[in-house]
Amino acid sequence: MMLEIKNLHVKLEEEDKVILKGVDLSVESGKVHAIMGPNGSGKSTLSYVLSGKDGYEVTEGSAALEGEDLLELEPEERAAAGLFLAFQYPVEIPGVGNMTFLRTALNGQRKARGEEELNAAQFLKLVRETAKSLKISDDMLKRPVNVGFSGGEKKRNEILQMAVLQPKMCIMDETDSGLDVDAMKLVADGVNALRDAGRGFLVITHYQRLLDHIKPDVVHIMADGRIVKTGGPELALEVEQNGYTDILAEVA
Amino acid sequence: MGLPEVKADGAEALLARHPAPTKGARWAEEMREKAVASLRAMGAPVGRDEYWKYTDPRPLTADTAEAAVLKVDEAPVFGEVDRLKLVFVDGIFDPAQSDDLALSGVEIEHLSDALATDIHWAKDVFGVLEARGQDPVPRPMAALNTAVASVGVAIRVTGKAAKPISLRYLHENPTSDAVIHHVIKVEEGAEVTLLENGPAAARFNKCMEVEVADRATFHHVRAQGRDHERLAATHMFTRLGTESVFKSFTLTVNGVLTRNEAVIEFTGDDAQAHIAGASAGDGAFHHDDTVFITHDAVNCESRQVFKKVLRNGAKGAFQGKILVKAGAQKTDGYQISQGLMLDDDSQFLAKPELEIYADDVACSHGSTVGAVDEDALFYLTSRGVPRVDAQGMLVLAFIDEAIQEIEDAALADEIRERLGAWLERHRAV
Repeated sequence: MMLEIKNLHVKLEEEDKVILKGVDLSVESGKVHAIMGPNGSGKSTLSYVLSGKDGYEVTEGSAALEGEDLLELEPEERAAAGLFLAFQYPVEIPGVGNMTFLRTALNGQRKARGEEELNAAQFLKLVRETAKSLKISDDMLKRPVNVGFSGGEKKRNEILQMAVLQPKMCIMDETDSGLDVDAMKLVADGVNALRDAGRGFLVITHYQRLLDHIKPDVVHIMADGRIVKTGGPELALEVEQNGYTDILAEVA
Repeated sequence: MGLPEVKADGAEALLARHPAPTKGARWAEEMREKAVASLRAMGAPVGRDEYWKYTDPRPLTADTAEAAVLKVDEAPVFGEVDRLKLVFVDGIFDPAQSDDLALSGVEIEHLSDALATDIHWAKDVFGVLEARGQDPVPRPMAALNTAVASVGVAIRVTGKAAKPISLRYLHENPTSDAVIHHVIKVEEGAEVTLLENGPAAARFNKCMEVEVADRATFHHVRAQGRDHERLAATHMFTRLGTESVFKSFTLTVNGVLTRNEAVIEFTGDDAQAHIAGASAGDGAFHHDDTVFITHDAVNCESRQVFKKVLRNGAKGAFQGKILVKAGAQKTDGYQISQGLMLDDDSQFLAKPELEIYADDVACSHGSTVGAVDEDALFYLTSRGVPRVDAQGMLVLAFIDEAIQEIEDAALADEIRERLGAWLERHRAV
């Protein structure tokens, strides 16, 4: 199993607020899973906990990437193990160049895995090719990380990082938010190009529309910190037509 | 109103601790006498003084310098730059390590020679800019410097200097107490870059007066020595003519006490002055930037950018003032001072001041203190950047706004490398 989450319970560290109340979810290699759900259901928390953000406490349960316990690892170790989170709100980092950042990240991962680091020329070639397909200009590559980027540019930059880092398991947190139709198509094309038998995807979204472009194999509905319903792509259509109320009423 | 005894006695003690300077021409001796009188009138600095409340002056005013031993073995900064090199060891000029005092576009003399000459351009600069900078804020260590200094250089730039002039201050005697004074005049339309580096002495009192004439350009990049236990009080007094450009950057890493004062006065219209500082301190480190910029001309731009990275109880202080006199319309003044704390033990004290008597000006200032941005740190580490490297990247990014004030890209890169190396040595574990 690529990603296996069992009975995951999570609360906020600083207050006694329980966010995840027993999430069970498995993503197979080569599959795209989608998680949909209303605001506040715990979707983003799940993505942060999996990638190792501070501020959350796992009180019960487990999460493993290809059998390796994720929760014991630092964020950079999770990345080196093959986990990637495309942020809902990519962070702007003034003073750190996009290319420097990406090269340090890639070589950090390669070093951690005992692989040879890429030199500047090899890296540049790799990035240029990928950037072209995502319509990311040289100027964007040269600028500080996400600084002055439009919403669409930030999301394309996330996909660029994903394509360069070649993770095994990609979590995408509301990648469609803030995107117009053209930008969404560009992002979806980037994701589809990475679909591969050796890679799993977990796509978190509010809306069906992203799933028109990135066709999921499995759709989960999350509510109040749990997966309440799992089905095929038709489940997303049902949400689109009827909203969450009916489904939630049905499982309540 | 009499001077408090402690200040009066302190001034006498300061004067007594230094030998009499090499005798100069009458004008120079008069200027020194004025400086003595001025120091006696203002007294030695004490902790109760408004501009010394963040920095304890006692190590600077004590009778003897605490021993400071150079422990860092590192290639000297600017070593690869093609430059005219002048070396001072514990405050004494060292001809053996120095280049000849000859450079196209520049006249260079020893300060003592300039001050001994009856008719000399230095008469309009030596002690003159320092004295102008004593009001309204007294700067006793600078008055002391003018009163007792014999060592230093007098530089007159008449054209475009063929290469940078580099002043290198070496420290060998563990208890040296050095006083150095430079006078610089950049004549109309002339251009020069001045580099300074090195720890200089166990205790270093440096004063530099810089007259930048109309349409002249003065670039200054300084890397204060990495000698951990050294003390330094430095002053830079600058007067700027019409359409002149002045840019000064200082890097300070280590040093138990460093006080850098800069006094800049715009007297000609359409001039530009940028002063920036980056400092990084770990442990027993106290760093103080005190800046006073007077706008007394129209349409001038001043910019102050100071960044300090502190850990393990290091302390940073910033006192920056912009004074816009009546009539100094179209003034554009900017000031930012920021402290980045790598732990909870360090301290950053800032006092930004604006005093404005003209009505058509744009002045802004900001001061912040904070920790490394956790969101940025998470973003970087989530991509596989090891945490210590991510923190290093964010620290360098924080400081970079100050480094960007260095005009020359190669010099800026060298400063970045030095800071990177410092971070490497002082990594949090």
